[in-house]
Amino acid sequence: MIAIVDYGVGNLFSLQSSFKAIGAEAIATGDAETIKRAERIVLPGVGAFGDAAEKLFSSGLAEVVIEQAKKGVPVLGICLGMQLLFEKSFEYGEHKGLGLIKGEIRPISDVIPSDYKIPHIGWNGLNFGKRKNELFEYLNEGDCVYFVHSFYGANCEDSVIATAEYGAELTAAVAKGNVYGCQFHPEKSGEVGLKILRAFAKIGGQV
Amino acid sequence: MITKRIIPCLDVKNGRVVKGVNFQGLADVSSPVELGKYYSDNGADELVFYDITASAEGRALFTDILREVASTIFIPLTVGGGINTLNDFDRVLKCGADKVSVNSGAIKTPSLIYEAAKRYGDQCVVFSVDCKRVNGQFRVFAKGGREDTGMDALEWIKRGVDNGAGEIVLNSIDTDGVKGGFDLTMLEAVCEIVSVPVIASGGAGSAAHFVELFKTLPKVDAGLAASIFHFGEVKISELKKLLAENGINVRR
Repeated sequence: MIAIVDYGVGNLFSLQSSFKAIGAEAIATGDAETIKRAERIVLPGVGAFGDAAEKLFSSGLAEVVIEQAKKGVPVLGICLGMQLLFEKSFEYGEHKGLGLIKGEIRPISDVIPSDYKIPHIGWNGLNFGKRKNELFEYLNEGDCVYFVHSFYGANCEDSVIATAEYGAELTAAVAKGNVYGCQFHPEKSGEVGLKILRAFAKIGGQV
Repeated sequence: MITKRIIPCLDVKNGRVVKGVNFQGLADVSSPVELGKYYSDNGADELVFYDITASAEGRALFTDILREVASTIFIPLTVGGGINTLNDFDRVLKCGADKVSVNSGAIKTPSLIYEAAKRYGDQCVVFSVDCKRVNGQFRVFAKGGREDTGMDALEWIKRGVDNGAGEIVLNSIDTDGVKGGFDLTMLEAVCEIVSVPVIASGGAGSAAHFVELFKTLPKVDAGLAASIFHFGEVKISELKKLLAENGINVRR
């Protein structure tokens, strides 16, 4: 079973539907015991980092996710969920993250040319670099996924597994051991996105 | 590199997709779920799902259909029509919409965009404006293009973006349904004053019109159309092939 962590942030409907479409059992839950029993954990999220981090920590679910990740349970953060895996964010102040991925979240305006639109919205191709991560097992270099974000993962070179070109090579996905994160939305990226979720659902065991 | 988006728009009335010429004379075309799936499978980058009767007749959105669309289609989904309050946002977002398009609701309640952007984020708020030339000025029209509000469209759009709108859908009533091409003059005027993505709507009659759009106005992010897709006059896969051949970056 895959637990989609429900901490009151974001739209879980599409994510649940996507897992259903690939035949994986996924439950949206805010119950710590259910999350502890899950074979895989998905951390979703949209909105502002500060609010989301506050909800995740105050509900006690941050600790559960960290604990399970350290036990080797595969964890996938999506969009803001990916950003929450980092050590900290500079979105409207400075906020602490889960610290599962080394690095921090900074505005894309720091690195992209001023005539580029913010947020980075739309379909953009993935560049995998030297080695394709197992999360992208079923993908080809350049496959497009759907992005919506104004902040990005910085100083995380060791963990970057994909980038997207938007006036700069922006962090598109990260991985550190069993912890994965996608800045884009696999649940909104058509067939390509479903292939990523299918790969995640297979990591460390059977679907 | 970011790609230009092709967006079919599904105008919905009584649970069926319709599209009228200049908003008049509606013709029943197809089921939103089937048509949405077809488009998603054939390369649509996003779907816009409008309840066109909502603002005029106060109809509630068909959330069951929306839920069904959202559970079978895994591309971004924008929902509009009858969005007047934060509760309307909530209702469609819970049914799987990713973005919510505000048009008449912002005219009735100018604070709606600000409030919605604050609660759901800028990326969630699509500001849709029906625009028409009146005495040499671009004017905002309400009630599905039937009523001149007297407001200057460029000022109205600028204000919407300042209040947190994350994207603009500019629908030119002058070119809508005429199939003579997008309203490049109007679009250019809008692109010059905003820094958020601009989606062109109204006037597409052929694949060549999309090439013209993106070649002439590289700042336009997406092209939206309905009837030419619904009636199969333009196939999205062929349109994208043509765009790629013309050096325009698209998802394929």
